[in-house]
Formats: sequence, C-alpha cells, structure tokens
Amino acid sequence: MDDTLFGKGLRALAIASVLLLGAAIALVFFYAPNDADQGFIQKIFYVHVPLAIVALVGFVVAAGFGIAHLRSREQKWDQASYVTIHMSIIFGVAVLVTGSIWAKGSWGKWWVWDEPTLVSFLIVFLLYVTYYPLRYSIEDRDRRARYSSAFAITAGAFVPVNFIAVRLSESLIHPRVLSTTGGHMPGEMRLTFIVSLVAMALLYATLVKVELASKHARMQLRALRRALEDEPAEGAAMATALATVPARPVSVPD
Amino acid sequence: MSAIAAIVRKDLRVELRTGESVPAMAIFAVTTFVIFHFSLERDSLEGELASGVLWVTLLFAAVLGINRLFVAEREQGGFDGILLAPIERTALLAAKAAALFIYLVALELIAVPAFAIFFIRSGFWDALPLLIAVLALSDAAIAVIGALLASIAVNTRARDLLLPLLLLPLAVPVMIAASEATKPLLSVPVDSSIAGKWILVLALYAVIFGLLAYALFDFLMED
Repeated sequence: MDDTLFGKGLRALAIASVLLLGAAIALVFFYAPNDADQGFIQKIFYVHVPLAIVALVGFVVAAGFGIAHLRSREQKWDQASYVTIHMSIIFGVAVLVTGSIWAKGSWGKWWVWDEPTLVSFLIVFLLYVTYYPLRYSIEDRDRRARYSSAFAITAGAFVPVNFIAVRLSESLIHPRVLSTTGGHMPGEMRLTFIVSLVAMALLYATLVKVELASKHARMQLRALRRALEDEPAEGAAMATALATVPARPVSVPD
Repeated sequence: MSAIAAIVRKDLRVELRTGESVPAMAIFAVTTFVIFHFSLERDSLEGELASGVLWVTLLFAAVLGINRLFVAEREQGGFDGILLAPIERTALLAAKAAALFIYLVALELIAVPAFAIFFIRSGFWDALPLLIAVLALSDAAIAVIGALLASIAVNTRARDLLLPLLLLPLAVPVMIAASEATKPLLSVPVDSSIAGKWILVLALYAVIFGLLAYALFDFLMED
C-alpha cells in the first residue's frame, strides 16, 4: 500500500479495528451475560450505545475541525469536518435503526417519545442531514468551506443545548447506562461495553481516514488531469513524480 | 451602536413603505389558525393543544420573515455597502436580529389577539402579562438564531428551501421551552405559576447562540 494515496497508518488502523470488532462480537455473544431483565435483546446495547457515543463525539469533533478551518483557512480542516459529519450521519442512521429495534424488543413499540436520549438524537440527526443541502448549494470553494464550518460549529454547540432541553421536558425512563446503572454494571458487561466502544471508535477513525484518502486522491487526480490538458509536458513530469516517488507528497497546483 | 440603529431604521422604513414581511406573516398566521380549526375540528383550545397551535403557527410565520431578512442586501448590494463602510460587520447581524425581533412583535400584535378570539374562551386576560413575557423571550431566541441562519442561507443557491430545513431542528429547544411555558397560561383554569426553568432555557439559548452568531458572522461576510 502506498502512503501518499492512502495516508499514514491506515493499514494498521484497519487491522486493529477488524481485530477489535471481532473481539467485541465474540465478547458480546460468548462472554457477556444475558440481562436478567431484558434477556437477549439487551445485547443490542453493545452496538447501539457505542455507535451513538461515537457519532455524537464525531459531531463535536467536526465542530473542532470547523474552528480549525476558520482560524487557519486550510482546506484540509474543512475536508476533515465534512468527512467526520458524513461518517457520523451514517453511524447516526445505524443508531436510530438499532435504537428502534431495541425499543420494539423491550417496550413493544418501534418508537417511543418519552425517551429523551433517542428523541434528542433524532433532532440532532435531522439538523445534521441539512449539512448536505447547505454544502452542495454553495459553489465557491472558499465560501463553501467557511459556511460549512460555521454550520459545523453552530450545530456542535446545539448538541448539548438540545440534549438538556429535551431531557428537561421528558420523563426519565431511558436506561441511563453510564451515569446511574453504570456503577452496578457487572464486570463482564462493562468490559464488553468498553471493548465494543473502542472497536467502534477505531472503525469510525478508519472509515474517516479511508474517505479522506479517497477525497485527497481524487483531488490529485483531477489536478493531474487538468495539468495534462493545459501543459502536457509539465503534467507528464508531475505524473512521473507521483508514480516514482510515492512517499513524498506532491504539491499540486489547484 | 449608531450603525446598528441606522440599519434598523432603514429596515423598518423599507418595511413600512413596502410591507414585504409583516403583512404576509400576519395573513399566514391567521389563515393557519383557520386551517387548524378545520383540521383539529375544534372550536376552542386549551392547555397544551392551544400552546402547540400558537407556537407552531408563530414559528412557521417567522420562517417567512426570516427568509426575506437579507434579500434586499443581496439583491441591491447592501452587503458590499456594509463591507465598505467603516463599521463593524457584526452591526449588520445585530441590526437584523433587532429588526426581526420587531417584526415578530408586530406579527404577534395581530396573531395573538386573533388566536385568542378564535380559540380561547376564558381566562385569557389573567394570563396575558406572563404570556407577553414568554413571547418576548422566545422572540429574542428566534431573532438571534433566525438572523444567523438567514445570513448563511441567503448566500447559497437553495436559500428559501434551506432556511426552514436549518431553522426547524435548531428551533426545537425554543419550541419545547416556549410551549411548555405557555401551556399552564392557556389552561382552564389559568395556572399562572410559570416554570422558571423554561425561562432559563430560553434565556440561555438566546445568549449561547447570540455569542456564537457574533463570533461567526465575520466569517460569513467575507466576500
């Protein structure tokens, strides 16, 4: 694998996340005990909660990348912000689906409104999906990056505000795994949960890196193609440089 | 400060002469009440239903005004004027939020009496002072987030489409707090003990997003 195209450490990260995901699945099915109250369906907790935590952390990290972009004006931060939001939205779909299945399994309904965490997550999700129409309706590259970053920051601040407001308005029946029952979670469950969480975080990081690398490669390809069309000789030299010295990042004019 | 006042004066004068926003918002609100009457098949409303109908209508009417907030600036070069003028760019944001607040108050001067006549059968006067306080605070929160989102949406291709998409989820905490605070005021009999936590949520919301808008606006106005 070539570092310029795929980014540093991607292979190690991918292998680590596959191993840890495998370990997490094994722990979930063969090690963690069945919940006394909810039975087997409770095991979806090891997928649902890590997905939700990773997606929310991703949203907040995207706000951090947005701030970094506005401070430095470097396109790479905007790209990073875009890709983390994109990946968090994909994880978010999985959170809503697994949450819905869990609700059906333990309360008999696909959706319950008196569960603040799920409702908050839905509102946050609905806000973040508007990132795409916003981003794609701005053509100018610099302005798109600035406006997308402003959105990422606003939405990042909105996440905690929204969770507080929704929680204040609802009765509290959602299993508060980390704050209240967390202290009483049996050791096997806690270990399984932590492994699942780390595995999910690694998977997230790997996917973000893959997506960033592919965006980077596509931009390089586009620049090369443009260079070849405009200045065949110069473009060919650039292509040779890219092909022969893979470890050195080639700076390509936009 | 004088720059803010000048822009607000300009906006209000334009609004008074052309009547572009507030009349449309008011007509929209009153028509929406009529539609609620038929879709809910209710002649009077109380409690949470009344407060829900009121707030959904006010929020959607606000969308109309927010959509038009920066249109004159975009179409007639007002953005360039602000950038060229030796004033803080955030003066434009503050002025627009103030103008939007005034539009919302004007809207409510028509929409809330209409709502009371249509749907409220008893006890409206007892609730009025507190209702005005809740309305004013919610207007401030909507004005802040509305001015920020309008300045984002106006410079995109999909502006009128994008604004409600951005605004509705962001306004959920405002709607939660406003309708929860209004619910006891519109109950029969009126319960005028107001939950302080909702006032706090509205105020916090306005402060947080006000500061955020202040910090971000310079970056939105760069070109």
